[in-house]
Amino acid sequence: MKERLIAWFFAINGISTIVLVLGIFIFLALTGLQAFTQISPLEFFFSTDWNPTSYVQPSWGILSLVVGTLYIAGFSLIIAVPLGVACAIYLAQIASPSVRELLKPAIEMIAALPSVVLGLLGLLVLAPAVADFFGLSNGLNAFTASILVAIMALPTIISLSEDAITSVPKGYTEASLALGANNWQTIRNVVVPSAMSGIIAAVMLGLGRVVGETMVVLMVAGNARAFPAGFFDPVRPMTATIAIEIKEVVVGDLHYQALYAVGLVLFVMTFIVNFAADLYLHRQEGKM
Amino acid sequence: MNKYFRILALVVITSFTFGCTGQPPGESLDIKGSDTLVQLVADMAQTYMENNQGTDVLVTGGGSGTGIAALINGEIDIAISSRSITTTEIDTARKKGIEPWEFIIARDGLAVIVNSDNQLKNLTLEQIGAIYRGDITNWNQLGGADLEITLYGRQSTSGTYEFFLEHVVNWQQTRKNDYSPKMRNMEGNKAIADAITADPSGIGYIGIGYVTDKIQVISVARDTSSEYISPLEENNIENDLYPITRPLFQYTSGKPDKDSLLYAFIRFELSESGQDIVRRSGFYPINKDDRAQNQDKISDIEG
Repeated sequence: MKERLIAWFFAINGISTIVLVLGIFIFLALTGLQAFTQISPLEFFFSTDWNPTSYVQPSWGILSLVVGTLYIAGFSLIIAVPLGVACAIYLAQIASPSVRELLKPAIEMIAALPSVVLGLLGLLVLAPAVADFFGLSNGLNAFTASILVAIMALPTIISLSEDAITSVPKGYTEASLALGANNWQTIRNVVVPSAMSGIIAAVMLGLGRVVGETMVVLMVAGNARAFPAGFFDPVRPMTATIAIEIKEVVVGDLHYQALYAVGLVLFVMTFIVNFAADLYLHRQEGKM
Repeated sequence: MNKYFRILALVVITSFTFGCTGQPPGESLDIKGSDTLVQLVADMAQTYMENNQGTDVLVTGGGSGTGIAALINGEIDIAISSRSITTTEIDTARKKGIEPWEFIIARDGLAVIVNSDNQLKNLTLEQIGAIYRGDITNWNQLGGADLEITLYGRQSTSGTYEFFLEHVVNWQQTRKNDYSPKMRNMEGNKAIADAITADPSGIGYIGIGYVTDKIQVISVARDTSSEYISPLEENNIENDLYPITRPLFQYTSGKPDKDSLLYAFIRFELSESGQDIVRRSGFYPINKDDRAQNQDKISDIEG
């Protein structure tokens, strides 16, 4: 009897998370899809001008917003992946236990930093420094936002990559070393390739975090409507757009529905990324 | 920053002192909206609460559009706004059974600001409009340095954004125009002032209460044949000489009850001591016309 109760308890917990995710998705979809009764999907997905409160005529193209999101996501991964993976290799393979004991909690502390604090630092310290260094008039752009978002993605990438690397069977490394390979050759040719699917999964989950990040990009990405031409242009990611505009909409009007549609696109994007990461993780499990 | 901390402290203190004592309902007011007005109204709320123990007036920002949307959604008692309510908003409100009541609580000379390194001191409304439409893109087109202009403006939730769009960007235009898409949408007046302080190529617009001595305030003329007027002199605002003068509003949902805290607070804002706080915040007191307009509402309430 008791055991059945316990089993039920866990089953209900498991099911309720599924119901929650499904519920959120259905709510997003029901509200968001209503927008398409008045906005053509062609305009929504392929026009670059998002200006619902236009003085002339509202326009509903999310392409600039999507590109802004991808700019930040792509560039922050360029920064975070080499740094994160290198750090994970160091932690798992090279660092002495006492150094690891010190570094791991320090890295986890980054994840505990509230994003608004990071945003404030970006606004007051990093943005002026970027402007100074590159001779720009203003440091609020995709580049600055990417650096900050990369910092936020690092703990995820490092800790999951480290798990993947640590779980490479000891026999692999020992065999490699016994064959006369040095430590670096072993890491490059044996350890990292064996852990690759785990590392990719770590990067994908980091990407999910980067795409959904709101507060930092809201504060430092610059938020101009124009289609960004380069990394030093201000961008307006989808999350920031929702965060800015959801405050002014009246529940139920077209602008409200359109913001839900943007949210739906964002949800689908992060869902695909997370789903892909999950597939990779399972593939890795199958291999071991 | 100091201003923000003061607001934050105020919010925290009020929510602690009053949130925990089980305040009876009806003795508290929720005010929300314009970022231009939030500091000023928070100051008034603080003074009011000091003089009237047991009342709880909570003021938050978010933009005029946010405030009006919250009023229409029935979430707050007063919306503060740096633009007048639109007919669409009034229609939406009426559909929900709400008749917005308007009061004018202060005046603002919306300041056009540039970096203190910028040699330009005077601009016409048409020139400022052309800059923000994206028709003029380099300071040398106006006789300044050869430097591409960086535009700073507010977000679409902001009443200042809409006021400036309507009265400057579209000043005497036969065809309707939007802001240049290159304009950076900043979070608030303070953010624009900070950006302009650091950016020699920048131009921005902020409520007069947010002007500091580290930025240069442009004198504005209606057209090339008229005088350039500075918003820094009270006389220019009071007599409507400065071209971008605007009233600052607040809206209640429906006619305020004569005996309510809501009405008492509004009376305080419009009183001499309330208007003194307006002056101290760097804004300008209401003028004769505003007073007459408010008086109509007051007479109606007092019957």
